[in-house]
Amino acid sequence: MNLNYLFSLLAVTVLFLVPWVGVDILGKKELFGLIIPYFAVLIFIGGFIHRIIHWAQSPVPFRIPTTCGQGQSLSWIKQNKIDNPSTTMGVILRMILEIVCFRSLFRNIRLEYREGKHISYEWEKWLWLGALAFHWSFFVIIIRHMRFFTEPVPFFIKALEDLDGFLQIGLPGIFISGFVLLAAVLYLFFRRIYIHQVRYISLASDYFPLFLIMAIAISGIIMRYFTKVDIISVKEMTMGLVTFHPVVKEGVHTIVYVHLFLVCVLIAYFPFSKLMHSGGIFMSPTRNLANTTRVKRHINPWNYPVPVHTYEAYESEFREKMKEAGLPVEKE
Amino acid sequence: MQKNKMYDKEKVLAGLTIFVIIVTFPFWYNMGKAAPAPEIKLSDKAKAAKVCVAPKSFMTAEHMQILDVWRESVVRNKKRLYSSLDGKNYNMSLSTGEDSCIGCHVSKADFCDRCHTYASVRPYCWDCHIEPKENK
Repeated sequence: MNLNYLFSLLAVTVLFLVPWVGVDILGKKELFGLIIPYFAVLIFIGGFIHRIIHWAQSPVPFRIPTTCGQGQSLSWIKQNKIDNPSTTMGVILRMILEIVCFRSLFRNIRLEYREGKHISYEWEKWLWLGALAFHWSFFVIIIRHMRFFTEPVPFFIKALEDLDGFLQIGLPGIFISGFVLLAAVLYLFFRRIYIHQVRYISLASDYFPLFLIMAIAISGIIMRYFTKVDIISVKEMTMGLVTFHPVVKEGVHTIVYVHLFLVCVLIAYFPFSKLMHSGGIFMSPTRNLANTTRVKRHINPWNYPVPVHTYEAYESEFREKMKEAGLPVEKE
Repeated sequence: MQKNKMYDKEKVLAGLTIFVIIVTFPFWYNMGKAAPAPEIKLSDKAKAAKVCVAPKSFMTAEHMQILDVWRESVVRNKKRLYSSLDGKNYNMSLSTGEDSCIGCHVSKADFCDRCHTYASVRPYCWDCHIEPKENK
């Protein structure tokens, strides 16, 4: 066993049990239903802003054009305007494609030895596919959950729910995104364990969010399809939170508190973790800067005034001696 | 170079503003208006009967599953008789006859829709069944 994932698994198991004990045995419904969610949201927003502002204080002296295409050059050489942009518009397009399609991951290749010592570069698209499935299904799930936080529920949430549940399998009908998320997160986890190079560089902080998201997905699936909960009471509680009329309802199953608590842990942990790549992607210098290294002059922000001794000053200092020695001078 | 200077300040602050607006969506969308759960109105007939085919707490959470099982039983297996836990027999039917679901819970608007709208659930019962005429 690897200590990193053992430790994370243990942490998530404990977090899973905390609300069971807290709500079922100690009866602290206000704590788990009201106080912790509010604190988690505050930590999330405050921490996120703090982290971004901290990052914004790092100077980026020069453009880092990690190019994936032909840069701007002579008029008869065709420029790749998205992969090597020289304008803001190009950068915006590159960022959008990076964020919604993960193009950097798509470029992933694997080096392999084939037939003895022949190096070959393999297409490796599984990570990209897994990441895409994971992020998009998570996004859909978050939007879908807004039905618990809005009244009346806006049309786009309803439309997304209908699309997500269009298979109409079982009752309550299955939402595809929930199962895609669980499958994707399991894939990302097993990938980390199975590929030994990836396992070697994986830390507890890599496994912890995976286990946490797994636990959230599993508790959500259990709640919707197996134990069933009184959804009207749940919505009354969640609406109470967002309208600042907090209430605690009796008869809400403990699994709801477990699910809520795990989500609170996730968003409170968010600003301190690798999950901040969601904000960090916007601040990646290799993606968000136009390749204008030659067109514009970029001045290093940490330049300080250096005392220089110009030739003019040098000559003035030694003019007489230079003349005596017969050296040519510029000014007589 | 000053310490704690923010680079691209306008862009970063604009981005953070958008972030805060998006994540606080549920807070400003509802504008602090309390949204209490809807009260379902039981028809006189349902009130008089006192019991449904299963206890109330079970029905609130599991009625969709019962309907799903019933549909399977009626459409696939021609079995229309449902024996409840307290030994009574019921005719498995959503909307046909006096002892169907709708026969007792006469108003779809007062009984079904109130919670379904609140929870944003759109069951597809009425894709096939004919919606009950509301008796107002």
